[in-house]
Amino acid sequence: MQELRYAKVGSVDDAVAALQEGGPTARVLAGGTDIIVQARARARDIDLLVDVKGIDEVMQLSFDADGGLTVGAATPCYQIYGDAAVREHYPALIDCTTLIGGTGIQGRASLGGNLCNSSPSGDSLPVMYVLEATAELAGPGGRRTVPAEDFCTGPGRNVMQPGEFLVSLHFPPPAPNSGAAFLRFIPRNEMDIAVVNAATQLRFDGDAVSWARVSIGATAPTPLLVPEAAAALVGRPLSDESIAAAAAASKAAARPIADMRGSIKQRKHLAAVYTQRTIAIAADRARG
Amino acid sequence: MSDKIIVSATINDEPTDMLVSQRDSLLEALRAAAGALGVKEGCNDGNCGACSVMLDGRLVNSCLVMAAEVEGSEITTVEGIADADHLHPLQQAFLEEAALQCGICTPGFLVAAKALLDENPDPSEHEIRYWLAGNLCRCTGYDKIVRAVQQAAAGTT
Ligand SMILES: Cc1cc2nc3c(=O)[nH]c(=O)nc-3n(C[C@H](O)[C@H](O)[C@H](O)COP(=O)(O)OP(=O)(O)OC[C@H]3O[C@@H](n4cnc5c(N)ncnc54)[C@H](O)[C@@H]3O)c2cc1C
Ligand code: FES
Ligand code: FES
Repeated sequence: MQELRYAKVGSVDDAVAALQEGGPTARVLAGGTDIIVQARARARDIDLLVDVKGIDEVMQLSFDADGGLTVGAATPCYQIYGDAAVREHYPALIDCTTLIGGTGIQGRASLGGNLCNSSPSGDSLPVMYVLEATAELAGPGGRRTVPAEDFCTGPGRNVMQPGEFLVSLHFPPPAPNSGAAFLRFIPRNEMDIAVVNAATQLRFDGDAVSWARVSIGATAPTPLLVPEAAAALVGRPLSDESIAAAAAASKAAARPIADMRGSIKQRKHLAAVYTQRTIAIAADRARG
Repeated sequence: MSDKIIVSATINDEPTDMLVSQRDSLLEALRAAAGALGVKEGCNDGNCGACSVMLDGRLVNSCLVMAAEVEGSEITTVEGIADADHLHPLQQAFLEEAALQCGICTPGFLVAAKALLDENPDPSEHEIRYWLAGNLCRCTGYDKIVRAVQQAAAGTT
C-alpha cells in the first residue's frame, strides 16, 4: 500500500483540525470497507486516515418517539439491524443494512460511509431519501444540516467542504399510518453491487395515500428522488393504475448508463419494477 | 523517517505487541507481526472472507481493518478456537464432512461459522448460507461446508 498515516481523534473539534491540517489527501476512516480498498488500489490520493470511531457522537444510536432516530455516522450496520427500536420503527433501514456486503462487512460498514462514499448504487441512500433523513456536518465554520437527498452531487462527490465531516444522520419519527421499504436487484442472492435499487415511503389518511416519496438508485450519477412517482400516488387509494403510473414515472426519471452489470433498457425496466414492488411492501407495512 | 508503531492487542487471549507500519492492515499485522498464519489472504479487498477474524466480538474482514486501529482490542483468529486438547466441534465437523480441499478458505469459514453459532446456536440452512455469503470457496463447493456447520450445530460430532 502507498504511504499512509493513521490518526485517531477523540472529539469532533480534533477531527476537523486533523482534516484541515491534512488537506485534500486526508480522509475520514469509518468502517474502512470503501476507503481501505481505495487507498490500496491507489484509486484515490490518500496519505492520512483520520479514524473518527473514538468519538461518542459518531458511534451513537438513539431513538425516542418524539425526536426520532439518530445514527452516528460510523455506527456499523450490525448494530443498526440489531437494534429493537430500528426493527420496530424503521424496517426500511433493516432492508438495506442487512444487504450491504456480507456479515464481516456489516461488522464495520456504516451508513455515514455509504453516504460519504456517494456511489450512485449505495444501498442505504434511497432509504435515507424516502425517510427524509438529514446529515449533520461539522466543519471549521461550525455545524450545518443537509437533507440526505441534497448531499451527493455526482459519483464519489458530495457537498462536504474542506475540513468538514459527517457527525450523524437523523431520521424523523415515523408518521402515523406510514410504511417504507427498500429492495435491490442483483443477479445473485447477496454480495454484489446493485444493478438498480429503490425505496418508497407511503403515508395514508384512511384509504388514500396522503404523502409519498419514491427514490431509485444506480440509475443516474446520484440516487434520485422521483417526485412524479410520488405525485402519481398521492390523493387517492392505491390502485393498479396509480402504481403503474408511479412505476412509469420512475422509468422515465431513470437515466442510467450501460455497464457490465446491466444495459440501459434493463435498468429502466428495473426502475419501474422495483418502484412497484417497494410500493406494495411499504403499503403492507403501513397497514400492518 | 520510520512510520513504525507498536500496537498492543489481546490475540487469542495472549497480550501481544505488534511492530507494524501505519499502512499495514490487520491481516498483514496478524501474519507478519503476530505469527497468526491461519489468517489467510485471498482477495485483499473484502470479497472472499479468507481473512475473517473476530474483533471485539464482531466478525470482520481483517484485510479491511488497519492494524493501527486495534490498539487495546481483543482478537480471535482460527488459532484461538480450539482448546488445548480438542478440536472445536466445527473443526471436527469440517474434517468429518470433508468440507475442505485446498483449505485456504477454511480458517475464514471456521471463524465466521463460529461467530454464527455463538449468536444463533440453531441456524436454519438459509441462515447459514446467508451468514456465510461473504466467505468464498473455490474448490469444495458450499454444500459440504453448510452440512458441516449444521452437524456442529446439532452437536453430533
Ligand atoms: C465486499 C464488499 C461488499 C460491499 N457491498 C456493498 C453493498 O452491498 N451495498 C453498498 O451500498 N455498499 C457495499 N460495499 C461498499 C461499502 O461497504 C459501503 O459503502 C459502506 O457503507 C461504507 O462504509 P464504511 O464505514 O466502511 O466507510 P469507509 O470506507 O470508512 O468510508 C467511505 C468513504 O466515506 C468517507 N467517510 C466515511 N465516514 C465519513 C464521515 N463520518 N465524514 C466524512 N467522510 C466520511 C471516507 O473518507 C471514504 O471516502 C461493499 C464493500 C465491500 C468491500
Ligand atoms: S482477503 Fe480479506 S476478504 Fe479476501
Ligand atoms: S477448499 Fe479451496 S477454496 Fe475452499
